[in-house]
Amino acid sequence: MSKVKNKVEKANFVSTTNACKLCTPLGASLAFRGVEGAIPFQHGSQGCSTYMRRYIISHFREPVDIASSALGEKNAIYGGGPNLKKGILNVMKKYDPLLIGIATTCLTETIGDDVPRILFEFRQEFGDLKLPELVSVSSPSYNGTHMDGWHGAVCSLVEQLCTEQAEKDDSVNILPNMISCEDIRELRDICERFEVEATILPDISETLDAPALEDYVKIPTGGTPIKSIKKMSGASATIEFGRCLADKTGGVALEKKFGVKNHRIGIPMGLRETDALFDTLEEVTGTPTPRRYELERGRLIDAYVDGHKYVFGKRAIVYGEEDLVTGLCSFLSEIGVEVVLAGTGARGKGLEKAIADATEGVARKMPIVREGVDFHDIADEAEELKADLMIGHSKGYKYAKAWNIPLIRVGFPIHDRFGGQRILHIGYRGALSLFDKIVNAVLEKKQSDSNIGYGYL
Amino acid sequence: MTSAILEERKDQIHRTGQGDIDIACNRESLAGAVSQRACVFCGSRVVLYPIADALHLVHGPIGCAVYTWDIRGSLSSGPELHRMSFSTDLQEVDVIFGGEKKLEAALDELIDRHSPKAAFVYSTCIVGIIGDDLEAVCRKMTEKKGIPVLPVMSEGFKGSKREGYLAACKAMFKLVGTEDVSDVSPISVNILGDFNLAGEIWIVREYFRRMGVEVVANITGDGRVKDVGRSHGAALNLVQCSGATLDLAKMIKEKYGKPFIRVSYLGIEDMAESLYQVADFFKDIDPNIVQRTQDLVKDELSKLMPEIARYRKDLEGKKVAMYVGGSFKAFSLLKAFRHLGMKVVMVGSQTGTKEDYAELAQIADPGTILVDDANPLELSAFIKEKDVDVFVGGVKERPIAFKMGVGFCDHNHERKEALEGFEGMLNFAREIHSSVMSPVWSFVPRRSNRISKIIKEAGNE
Repeated sequence: MSKVKNKVEKANFVSTTNACKLCTPLGASLAFRGVEGAIPFQHGSQGCSTYMRRYIISHFREPVDIASSALGEKNAIYGGGPNLKKGILNVMKKYDPLLIGIATTCLTETIGDDVPRILFEFRQEFGDLKLPELVSVSSPSYNGTHMDGWHGAVCSLVEQLCTEQAEKDDSVNILPNMISCEDIRELRDICERFEVEATILPDISETLDAPALEDYVKIPTGGTPIKSIKKMSGASATIEFGRCLADKTGGVALEKKFGVKNHRIGIPMGLRETDALFDTLEEVTGTPTPRRYELERGRLIDAYVDGHKYVFGKRAIVYGEEDLVTGLCSFLSEIGVEVVLAGTGARGKGLEKAIADATEGVARKMPIVREGVDFHDIADEAEELKADLMIGHSKGYKYAKAWNIPLIRVGFPIHDRFGGQRILHIGYRGALSLFDKIVNAVLEKKQSDSNIGYGYL
Repeated sequence: MTSAILEERKDQIHRTGQGDIDIACNRESLAGAVSQRACVFCGSRVVLYPIADALHLVHGPIGCAVYTWDIRGSLSSGPELHRMSFSTDLQEVDVIFGGEKKLEAALDELIDRHSPKAAFVYSTCIVGIIGDDLEAVCRKMTEKKGIPVLPVMSEGFKGSKREGYLAACKAMFKLVGTEDVSDVSPISVNILGDFNLAGEIWIVREYFRRMGVEVVANITGDGRVKDVGRSHGAALNLVQCSGATLDLAKMIKEKYGKPFIRVSYLGIEDMAESLYQVADFFKDIDPNIVQRTQDLVKDELSKLMPEIARYRKDLEGKKVAMYVGGSFKAFSLLKAFRHLGMKVVMVGSQTGTKEDYAELAQIADPGTILVDDANPLELSAFIKEKDVDVFVGGVKERPIAFKMGVGFCDHNHERKEALEGFEGMLNFAREIHSSVMSPVWSFVPRRSNRISKIIKEAGNE
């Protein structure tokens, strides 16, 4: 592998054009949505929750009820505490939730609302009512991206719910990072076949991809049971996905406080990162990998072989959340696709090292790695890179179209295609499905660029 | 049923035929009610957004800019600067030390890069809190860059979407009167409150062309800074939508003495009526305009009506609920549905006024539910109570209908189908038809349970 390129800091970074990241409370709200009986609640002005709801709905095509403290001008001046309390009471009346997940916004962080204190007061004032669990996370949007909101919410859930040592059992905690509903279903299947009881936190597989129903369900069924979260301190191990995580995460908190061993692995994308998941599962459960997955693994390698010529040496631009980008780089390095640029809107999460580690021994060359970039920056560099493929969420479409190269849509958000919540990224099957997509995109491009339009490719 | 409605929201709901209407509206959304409403910033952003040769810079943290990136299907016949998302992307350090320097640098950089004809700078919640002097920065940059740099005072918490409309109009009004109007025809209008979704403004402009009316400025669909600058030269302002640009028309009237009328291009009657009103206004200068307009309407209707009749056969008697942003749209839709033989049983809006609701109560059938500033639980309860076949709303309302197995028509600013004008009415009928008549509804629990119950009962007899 060639030497890791030094990151070039932009001399005069002042504005963002077509951002490649989302704001912190959005990630927090998504994570809260993956808890059973939970309602996400944003402490801020009404617009925040409405905009984020719209944005999330466009991807999942599911009802996404996010409450707001709907602060007005007076509240912004005198503090949002009264509105937060009133809002919680109204949500209790209408939704009867088991948990309210409160995320702060830039507004309430800046006016200095002390949410834990307000919640303490609330519990004192309304202690005679049957109160839901109230979990809060500090998520100012001028500090980090939606991934910080997501991981922050997960960490808050663990820290604020899992306060006592539960009885030790053989269960496993999985903190899966921000992956799709289909990914979570795959993960659950895997755990079932390993015959291990797993607490997957959060679990958006049903809450953000529910069946058609006769009635409007106030809070969709599914999600990680609160009881299970409280029992995470008694699990035999935690597996958390992500090579670009903060020092403090849910997994780390459980290890520190309750001694639950934390296994940090990458998002299981591609062959080797999925192998790491199965190795870890074998280690923590003592159960060998079921034959089904050996067959899946074999099929994946078979497909890699069948399709290698079509993709080898193709140049790809990859962008999005740090850990998704790392997973994609790992997978692409396995199939001989050269990632020429890996970009993320986030900063300071060690993306470059994560990619170097995940592609170690397989990638022929390190990509240019850029943190804190927007699509304008990506395009600026990409013009010269002569990429054949773009891989990331749907916001890159404008650029892929301009360069006349295929965009392989993965991750979140997918706003211009159907079924974003059902894209499978993880496991051997996820890798296979991504591989099929990429090979076919290359073939389709070749076919459409050809005057003849070959019937055999 | 009533459990879906919070006590504090009861006076924002009215059933026609049950006493005098005195619906509470135009109040702040209730905390914890999961309102479908957005904020002041949103109001300004959606109004100004389609001005295609202006730079739209959001001064704030990243979310505000991201969630409004290319949010509308507002088409442009030329520049497409409006389809980009620009932000100062405020970070913690800016919140502490102030973001003015960053804003200045961002404007400097972006104006040089894109050479826009003007720049709108949107204030967000946080800017209002940290107290950046947006106006001072804009003044300075106007001088430095030689283009109008206009502050839009749209701090999200300062009210509802409606306040955002006013902020947008105030910003635009600074452009009005800046261009020469000596060549503007005496028979001329400005189109206000249309956003050229799916090219709708082009449909309407074509009608005016056939009538012999010059359109000076589109405000704001397919809009241009220069046109806004000469919009005071037009003889008449046509204001569509529930007041998004009404304030601008009022300001122009006050300063330049140009009158305005309220119009709607949705549905058959309202479209025709709007054209007739314009013809009527100019008939003293051009007596033939009335005949030309009648010919136009007749010509269009002769093409449209047979097609509508075909759809009507299937749609007769089906029930509709709608929840729209502005209530003005609801009037037109209600009439349009009557042409399709359908019955409107619920009408709601985010920003209706007392007068709007009173007028709605007048034209709606008895028993129709009127609701101000609703939320998912209320909407779903009404859908269920009224057993509707199709729901009309925006993206946030779509999954509510779909989850319950009810058809849906997107009539919000994200739609990509032109629904205005006579052509638009046909598209609308087609869309409603394809929604309501799809076989998928027979599989959803809502209907399939009912069908199996009927079969079961029939078997027992």
